Amino acid sequence: MGLELYLDLLSQPCRAIYIFAKKNGIPFELRTVDLIKGQHLSDAFSQVNPLKKVPALKDGDFTLSESVAILLYLTHKYKVPDHWYPQDLQARARVDEYLAWQHTTLRRSCLRALWHKVMFPVFLGEPVSPQTLAATLAELDVNVQLLEDKFLQNKAFLAGPHISLADLVAITELMHPVGAGCQVFKGRPKLAAWRNRVEAAVGEDLFQEAHEIILKAKDFPPADPTTKQKLMPRVLAMIQ
Amino acid sequence: MALELYMDLLSAPCRAVYIFSKKHDISFNFQFVDLLKGHHHSKEYIDINPLRKLPSLKDGKFVLTESVSILSYLCRKYSAPLHWYPPDLHTRARVEEFMAWQHTAFQLPMKRIVWLKLLIPKITGEEVSAEKIDHAVAEVKNSLKLFEEYFLQDKMFITGDQISLADLVAVVEIMQPMAANYNAFLNSSKLAEWRKRVELSIGSGLFMEAHSRLMQLADWDFSTLDPVVKENISELLKKSK
Repeated sequence: MGLELYLDLLSQPCRAIYIFAKKNGIPFELRTVDLIKGQHLSDAFSQVNPLKKVPALKDGDFTLSESVAILLYLTHKYKVPDHWYPQDLQARARVDEYLAWQHTTLRRSCLRALWHKVMFPVFLGEPVSPQTLAATLAELDVNVQLLEDKFLQNKAFLAGPHISLADLVAITELMHPVGAGCQVFKGRPKLAAWRNRVEAAVGEDLFQEAHEIILKAKDFPPADPTTKQKLMPRVLAMIQ
Repeated sequence: MALELYMDLLSAPCRAVYIFSKKHDISFNFQFVDLLKGHHHSKEYIDINPLRKLPSLKDGKFVLTESVSILSYLCRKYSAPLHWYPPDLHTRARVEEFMAWQHTAFQLPMKRIVWLKLLIPKITGEEVSAEKIDHAVAEVKNSLKLFEEYFLQDKMFITGDQISLADLVAVVEIMQPMAANYNAFLNSSKLAEWRKRVELSIGSGLFMEAHSRLMQLADWDFSTLDPVVKENISELLKKSK
């Protein structure tokens, strides 16, 4: 059995892996794990990833979780073009720096923006107070600004003149609040220009394909009570 | 021009960078950025790292933040022995998997214990509810359980027989709640034994030296806390209520 990637394109890190694998022609079996049906909580999936999260990779007997680790694994194994994760000491450090920073900052803000604006009220039927939503969106704003001011600055891409893993991880994160109806690129021409460059570098068709699901998040039908009960504890833990 | 490392050993990521650098005899200037005196908000430091976080590295004109990135940089630049960041595809992936996971699963809960049990009471004079503390402790216990079952398992170290960056980052994080008198190693003998092995690999003297400021935090005179720091903390607390 070849490489298997356990993904749900609803999830930001899954989108980054999907795009990366497709763009680099890495052969894989897509194993869809439907998050809103709670499939990640099944016994079958916990054989693949005991941490019960997507994305997950299975390569023969070897299993791996954590999107950053998976992206790096694919990079090392499939010898992709250097610009994705440069050999150069300082260029690589810049990519590592972004990949480390984003976990507790932009990633968290984008996740909370989607859940507080759309998923809680629409999918789970749980109201979110205007104050909570405002605080979440304010935090998102701070982190998007940091992305622009500290990481992008006046460069073409986050880590230098070419697209890297950092850009892929960042853009797939930002599409989360975009899917929730947040206009993160409005009033940010530099960031909007970067977004267009990233989309062009990845390929418009692939980019659109990867983001089809998140862009329809507002239209998800409400969860039935059983599913809601199953998902709630982990959702609450995930977005805290 | 020598390597500059901007650190305060109260911070776990700083300790990882400090220990690694000392262990490998990497020559550096220890630029002490005193968190308790608010030096991370000084103009001088903001020029280095506008995010006002520690650690930062400055190598000539090159400035780098984020301890995970700094550790990889030092490993590569100074050709550390391979077991620290193994070249084997699968073994390397395990290190990277832990380094990614620990940001949210380890760092946040470990820090929270110190805030809830020590810093908030000392700074505001108000005790934190037992309920909040219990919740934070449960989170730490859950993370440690996952650490043991998924990352450590029955191996000597996370990657197998030798210490790697993953063990270093893990141990300094698990040490963090010691500042609040919470010894997370009491949870299991497996964890305690792993800690001993990591400590011996690093060198007990270096390990103790790196942690001495943390261990003395509870005895520090909090009335001398920098007013800007106190203000920032109070703001943060209000926001999180």
